[in-house]
Amino acid sequence: MATTYGTSDFRKGLRVEFDGEPYLVVECEFRKPGKGSAIYTLKVKNLLNGRVLEKTFRSGDSISGADCRDEKMQYIFNDSRDWHFMDPENYEQYAVSKEQLGDLWKYLVEEMMCEVTFYNGSPITVTPPNHVELEVEYCEPGAKGNTATNVTKPAKVQTGAEIQVPIFIKIGDVLKVDTRTGDYIERVHR
Amino acid sequence: MCSRSTPERAIILSESTGKSAAAEILELRAGLLARAREFFAGRGIIEVETPLLSRGVVVDRHLDPPVCRYSPGADGAGETLYLQTSPEAAMKRLLAAGMGAIYQVAHAFREGERGRLHNPEFTIIEWYRPGLDHHELMDEVGALVSLLLPEVSRDGGWEKLSYRQLFRDRLGLDPIECGVGELGGAAEKLGIEIEGEFDWNDRDAWLDLLLSTRLQDDLGTERPVFIYDYPASQAALARLCPAEPRLAERFELFIGGVELCNGYHELLDAAEQRGRFEEANEQRQGDGKQPLALDERLLEALEAGLPECSGVALGFDRVVMLACGADSIDEVLALPFEEV
Repeated sequence: MATTYGTSDFRKGLRVEFDGEPYLVVECEFRKPGKGSAIYTLKVKNLLNGRVLEKTFRSGDSISGADCRDEKMQYIFNDSRDWHFMDPENYEQYAVSKEQLGDLWKYLVEEMMCEVTFYNGSPITVTPPNHVELEVEYCEPGAKGNTATNVTKPAKVQTGAEIQVPIFIKIGDVLKVDTRTGDYIERVHR
Repeated sequence: MCSRSTPERAIILSESTGKSAAAEILELRAGLLARAREFFAGRGIIEVETPLLSRGVVVDRHLDPPVCRYSPGADGAGETLYLQTSPEAAMKRLLAAGMGAIYQVAHAFREGERGRLHNPEFTIIEWYRPGLDHHELMDEVGALVSLLLPEVSRDGGWEKLSYRQLFRDRLGLDPIECGVGELGGAAEKLGIEIEGEFDWNDRDAWLDLLLSTRLQDDLGTERPVFIYDYPASQAALARLCPAEPRLAERFELFIGGVELCNGYHELLDAAEQRGRFEEANEQRQGDGKQPLALDERLLEALEAGLPECSGVALGFDRVVMLACGADSIDEVLALPFEEV
């Protein structure tokens, strides 16, 4: 089951295991002084709590891979504690807690297809599409004719989240938002 | 400073990755090399070319030359040759033969070295100056770097800081006097989490670890900085300091956290050099690596007599990286390793 990765396999995106917890490699740097020994430094993000650690290795070391798999699932509803996802193949449902989601709950709209990551058979995290469309439920009116994009104001969207938007955005507008950064990208004309 | 490639001007040499150098970076690279050659010509330093292949090597615990085979006939019989890890041995033979000041733009090869700042085949500008000590050569390196990279120094100058002072200033410990326990404690305090195998008694491993993961990134951010007089255990081909034999007259240059050169006030003693090569081979075997054939012709040249000199190898790809603000060495190579 468990794959082992040697230092020459190290790369961004690997899922590995330390102290019985799954981590994602977010940065991998090879360092070698001209006349010294090679060192690999990995920045790894804990897939359970989001904590980022730095780990140092020497050439020839190895780490175990984490037993992770990703499944396409549909987000169906939340009870403000857990967010529920359904496997469209067999209608099985899985719950992911708000804590596990971190900020991602802000971008989850019912019926949206997401990637749910399982570790040792249990769902641990969710990856929504990179871009989602969210409708503005409330924002302060902007100054008429002001189309500047460098001045922002908060807008409350249908998921309950607040997104920073340009001043010209109105209630009822649909926004395209980048789920990786939380940034407003553009207004969508439906 | 050149900007990153615009789609019209970029030559994408690889359709699969699109990672190869853009035409404008290759033009900039050619311009920097031309200026370096003018610099050497202006100082009367002669350009030489020496073979990439050799039958023996400068043995280093942490340098692994690729091995290749040469067959004189079609019958498959032949001998094993090494691709050089630097042109040092061949150039020292020319010095011993009386060549005087020489430089070379050479490709060098090192196994297992691949990363943001490393390509297994890379370009070195290496030069030797009879009559100069390592401080005088540092000044010459500083002059060349100021010419090639005028924007890396706030005031056009450079600094020199001893290896010992660097560790004292930044970590509050003396890298020559302190024990491995103190080095380990410093690493722990700095949040270095070591996984896997680590020889806790290997002083040089600790020193390399602290320098490359914690000290180096801040070196040369305002102006180039030379670190000089390394521990004797890391002397390689440098002579030991006459007043302090626990140190060696070796230096490196750092700009923006990047190691750019390695230089020595050269060791002239053939017997001492042989002893260091043999010790490096013992360490290699301890590390589970193959011992390497000593370059006997280099040792013969040292016996015949190398003039008092200093020499330095400058990583030219990294100079180009700094000139164009590249994050990865791949951006300045015509074809990175994966594309050959």
